[in-house]
Amino acid sequence: MSFEEIKREAASQWQAMHNSSRPRILIGTATCGMAAGAEDILQALGKELEKNNIKADIMQVGCIGLCYAEPLIEVTKPGKPSVFYGNLTPELVAEIVRDWLVGDNPRPDLAMGTRGEGTLEGIPKLFELPVLKPQIRIVLRNCGNIDPANIHQYIVNGGYEGFIKALKMKPQEVIDEMKKSGLRGRGGAGFPTGTKWQFCHDAPGTIKYIVCNADEGDPGAFMDRAVMEGDPHAVLEGMLIGAYAIGASEGYVYIRAEYPLAIKRLIVALKQMEEYGLLGDNILGSGFNFHIKIKEGAGAFVCGEETALMASIEGNRGMPRSRPPFPAQSGLWGKPTNINNVETWANVSAILQKSASWFASYGTEKSKGTKTFSLVGKVVRTGLIEVPMGISLREIIYGIGGGIPGGKKYKATQTGGPSGGCLPTSFLDSPVDYESLAAAGSIVGSGGMVVMDETTCMVDVARYFLNFTQSESCGKCVMCRLGTKQMLDILEEITHGKGRPGDIELLLEVGDAIKNGSLCALGGTAPNPVLTTIRYFRDEYEAHINEKRCPALACRALVSYYIISEKCQGCGICAKACASEAIKGGKRMVHVIDQSKCIKCGTCFDVCPAKFSAVAISSGVPVKAPAEPVPVGGKA
Amino acid sequence: MKVAPAIEGARTVTAGHDKAIEIQMTEILAHFKGEKGELIPILQQVQQRFGYVPEQAMKRIAEFVHVPASTVFGIGTFYAQFKLVPTGRNIVKICRGTGCYVRGAPRIISEMENKLGIKDGGTTPDLEYTLETVACFGSCALAPVVVVNDKVHGRMTPDAAKKLIEKKN
Repeated sequence: MSFEEIKREAASQWQAMHNSSRPRILIGTATCGMAAGAEDILQALGKELEKNNIKADIMQVGCIGLCYAEPLIEVTKPGKPSVFYGNLTPELVAEIVRDWLVGDNPRPDLAMGTRGEGTLEGIPKLFELPVLKPQIRIVLRNCGNIDPANIHQYIVNGGYEGFIKALKMKPQEVIDEMKKSGLRGRGGAGFPTGTKWQFCHDAPGTIKYIVCNADEGDPGAFMDRAVMEGDPHAVLEGMLIGAYAIGASEGYVYIRAEYPLAIKRLIVALKQMEEYGLLGDNILGSGFNFHIKIKEGAGAFVCGEETALMASIEGNRGMPRSRPPFPAQSGLWGKPTNINNVETWANVSAILQKSASWFASYGTEKSKGTKTFSLVGKVVRTGLIEVPMGISLREIIYGIGGGIPGGKKYKATQTGGPSGGCLPTSFLDSPVDYESLAAAGSIVGSGGMVVMDETTCMVDVARYFLNFTQSESCGKCVMCRLGTKQMLDILEEITHGKGRPGDIELLLEVGDAIKNGSLCALGGTAPNPVLTTIRYFRDEYEAHINEKRCPALACRALVSYYIISEKCQGCGICAKACASEAIKGGKRMVHVIDQSKCIKCGTCFDVCPAKFSAVAISSGVPVKAPAEPVPVGGKA
Repeated sequence: MKVAPAIEGARTVTAGHDKAIEIQMTEILAHFKGEKGELIPILQQVQQRFGYVPEQAMKRIAEFVHVPASTVFGIGTFYAQFKLVPTGRNIVKICRGTGCYVRGAPRIISEMENKLGIKDGGTTPDLEYTLETVACFGSCALAPVVVVNDKVHGRMTPDAAKKLIEKKN
């Protein structure tokens, strides 16, 4: 079958689906949807449809990014705009089927928004909502819209057009197009993709390799997972284009084993490509050969570093080596190798499908296009977002993210994972792009964006990241192996109230040594979370060290829980919940926490009814509470 | 080298006999060619089959891909996925990624440790549960996340997490 024929078939199927007289229901079943309970929703849907004798097409799609509203479905009735319903339960599914599919009430009280032609009274347009309006979808163009296990749906939405276009161009022209687009590597370092390809293209040798780095190891980041689960062909088409441009005939996807669904989707996608002659020998009769293998990582963060990744593919311990030689000269098995990250590859296919100038019309002068971020932590609307480079952090957190939950105060945003830093309030109005974030001491990184509020302790966050990098250091470089341990020890002491004057200076000194004395980016950037928090939140470090006080009331060793006599109504809930039997009281008695028994688990704080809010946390000051229970009302 | 012998009752090695391991190893290796690059995929298969990588299996693999046994051991200890001692029938993984961390994972970890009476990485004496913490599952928007036997549970609280393992009993 020629590509034209495949395209025609895909188009007629797509048309048939859209002209169907049956209702169509899309349900997000990526890992996040599943974690929120999509499976129960799927079951409830089947049951309700059967009960009401409705024939509908149910399609499982990837993540549209509105993770805060999962489980999520999109219901399309013939001739009507489709309606999104979020935060579903099986009970709500029953109501929606009854009222909107059997009846004619779209339930504006439950609906999030509509998509498609026409409007429904009382329901806003989904893409006009504050969460979606500022977003531009290039990488996520198909996520949540198509069935990722159906190559036809990718093709009918422009899929593989980019590759077809590339085949008609000379390899050098493809590389030039990439340079013109201004695309920079989305894995974190931001190196210009076209230039990287040029190096590998120019390297002598007939055997060359392409690698897709899908070892998304940054804690707090899941953009690559979502793309592979929701639109695997977008990534694989990018690899085809890259292989053609560079002259590679073999490719690898190095993916972490923690992403079983993404691996499954890739395997299905590769099989479909082979069936359609889009992979293998003599692709589409062009004489171009390309094969892709999947390599599962085995749980080592350092394997995200390109030389370590290659060592791992070769079957060795994933330890980085010094560069030069760069992978473009001597990579996998000593052959020229080009490594790009998942998001970069998904951008490549989009650039060839549309054009370099179209891509370059988004973003800033030096940072073109869009960037996906996983917006998580203390923010109302958590999820996966894609925004043009240069958008302000405020627009992301308060516009798209809807601000901080529970009326708390914003403190910082962590970008770039263990390699990045924390951006304070003063950075809220600066643009998010490679240059501005680097100037602030952080990095764009692969796209993790963790929002922190006043209850997050910055010293503890720094300790958290050091704990991570210290355990993930491969041990090759002394500075990284021992230095991260030293920094972690110092941070442990500070958060345990054993900090000493001079600790901050020592952290800065050791951090500097690790930066300079490590071969790879893991060590080179490991001190960043500490250095940026010292730069912007030095007062928190000083409070821990000098006053043995944790301003965020987060460090266990430095806080005390106590019950406010004036607020306690003697209900006894806290005493019942306390696992260490540290709370004394009695009926209608003001309860008291025995500080010598309290393990500071926080359970009492959680269970105290909100109308009383009698449990309080203090740090650095003596607890103001009676030693023994007294009757409620204060009269003994 | 601290490698426990196969324990009776370990996940799929019912009898834990050397012979059983030997037979299963032959089965696994039949799918490979014996190239160095296959070392990690082979170990992954072994880990999946037995729930850990027995010493005997490592020696077999070393012969198969023509590397010293120390190399196989070196790789087995480098990657977090490989366990050298038998794991429990139920694997409870708690995410300690940044998103989960700021949303309360540390308390879930400590309460689960108390509940099961084991520390991170430990296995209950009856081989019922293994408790692990994992750097990130990539379900950060639904933090905190707990995974029990590959089923992902989002928006967890210490109580909800404890109920996950009560249901199993």
